Amino acid sequence: MNSAHDLGGMMGFGPVDTSDQNINFHEEWEARIFALTLAAGATGCWNIDKSRHARESLNPAQYLSSSYYQIWLAGLEKLLLAADLVSSNELADGGRREPPKPVANILKSGDVLNVMMRGSSYERDAVNEPAYKTGDMVLTKNMHPEGHTRIPRYVRNKPGTIERIHGCHVFPDSNAHDNGENPQWLYRVRFSARDIWGEDHPARDSIFVDLWETYLEPR
Amino acid sequence: MVTNKHDHSHTHGEGSELSEMDLRVRALESLLIEKGYVDPEALDVLIDTYETKIGPRNGAAVVAKAWSDADFKKWLLEDATAAIHSLGFTGRQGEHMIAVENTPDTHNVVVCTLCSCYPWPVLGLPPTWYKSPQYRSRVVIDPRSVLAEFGVMLGDDVAVNVHDSTAETRYLVLPMRPEGSEGWSEEKLATLVSRNSMIGTDVLKPVGKIA
Repeated sequence: MNSAHDLGGMMGFGPVDTSDQNINFHEEWEARIFALTLAAGATGCWNIDKSRHARESLNPAQYLSSSYYQIWLAGLEKLLLAADLVSSNELADGGRREPPKPVANILKSGDVLNVMMRGSSYERDAVNEPAYKTGDMVLTKNMHPEGHTRIPRYVRNKPGTIERIHGCHVFPDSNAHDNGENPQWLYRVRFSARDIWGEDHPARDSIFVDLWETYLEPR
Repeated sequence: MVTNKHDHSHTHGEGSELSEMDLRVRALESLLIEKGYVDPEALDVLIDTYETKIGPRNGAAVVAKAWSDADFKKWLLEDATAAIHSLGFTGRQGEHMIAVENTPDTHNVVVCTLCSCYPWPVLGLPPTWYKSPQYRSRVVIDPRSVLAEFGVMLGDDVAVNVHDSTAETRYLVLPMRPEGSEGWSEEKLATLVSRNSMIGTDVLKPVGKIA
């Protein structure tokens, strides 16, 4: 969806605050919501694409006026409500009113390290041959899906070149909406900065974006 | 350092807003624990894991090995996932890795404009600036100015490659080895590698011969 999370090329935010090099959490609640999000995700009630979509589909005004972990909190609340794990009354004050719903998995403390170190591959067995090979010239589609998508607005309807084939990966646009993983070929596409931003940009600069085959057409 | 006890009492600028956040998150946490969806000890382990166990020293070890071992560097650039996993740096947000090499002609810098995707197993959790709208909006359209804000000045003869990690692929920049580090051990080389140099917002300075 076209929303405030899709920040590439927006203006007016000002300089980057490079002084904040903190890699830990600034506030305790940030650490807690980080951990809660990971632990709640381990119940298996949603996938990573649904999780991203919950955050990205916040009202754009709310998104831009929230800090990073405030967005995580709002996203987790949406996911919990949508999965019917909690009710809005329960969320309001933290008091339990409904019995818990059975879930596929509870992340136990002894399993955390193994689960995090294992991760989960998003590559799937290929169901067809890739439509493009390295060096092929492509054009990104002019597309504006209302649901989840991973093609940023700034690279839509732009000429690019296939730089690398990553493999056949889970397609977020489907996976975020319970439409299955629908794995598709994923490519690294190179764009000239000039083709995207105009002639006053350095000719030798490039932008590389990972894009699924559905987002592309030949040129 | 964040503790796992709800006892922090320091003051902060946006007091009322942050207190409200504390209350909301505590209410949510107690609800999820009471309903049995999350194990409270697992929350503490998750926080400790990403605060103390997984961080940029992992990435620095990868970089130092690539500087020291030509075969490993070739492997890293061809199949970063296998090369990095061979060192034990596996897991969430590092399942599909790509390494990009900085050279005198080309400077690479990494962003996730859509959220804040970041290679956790090699770099840990992202710094605040990486997640900020300032960085995410500007580094794709005006990378040279953003890099200048980090003190990285690039000549017109250097090509800037910006990598927007929109998929589950995660990027690690292989910075140029600092002059003066010839003959250094891998372990010592790793101490030179800054976190930002592996994102592309830092260029490592030459080191003194006696260092």
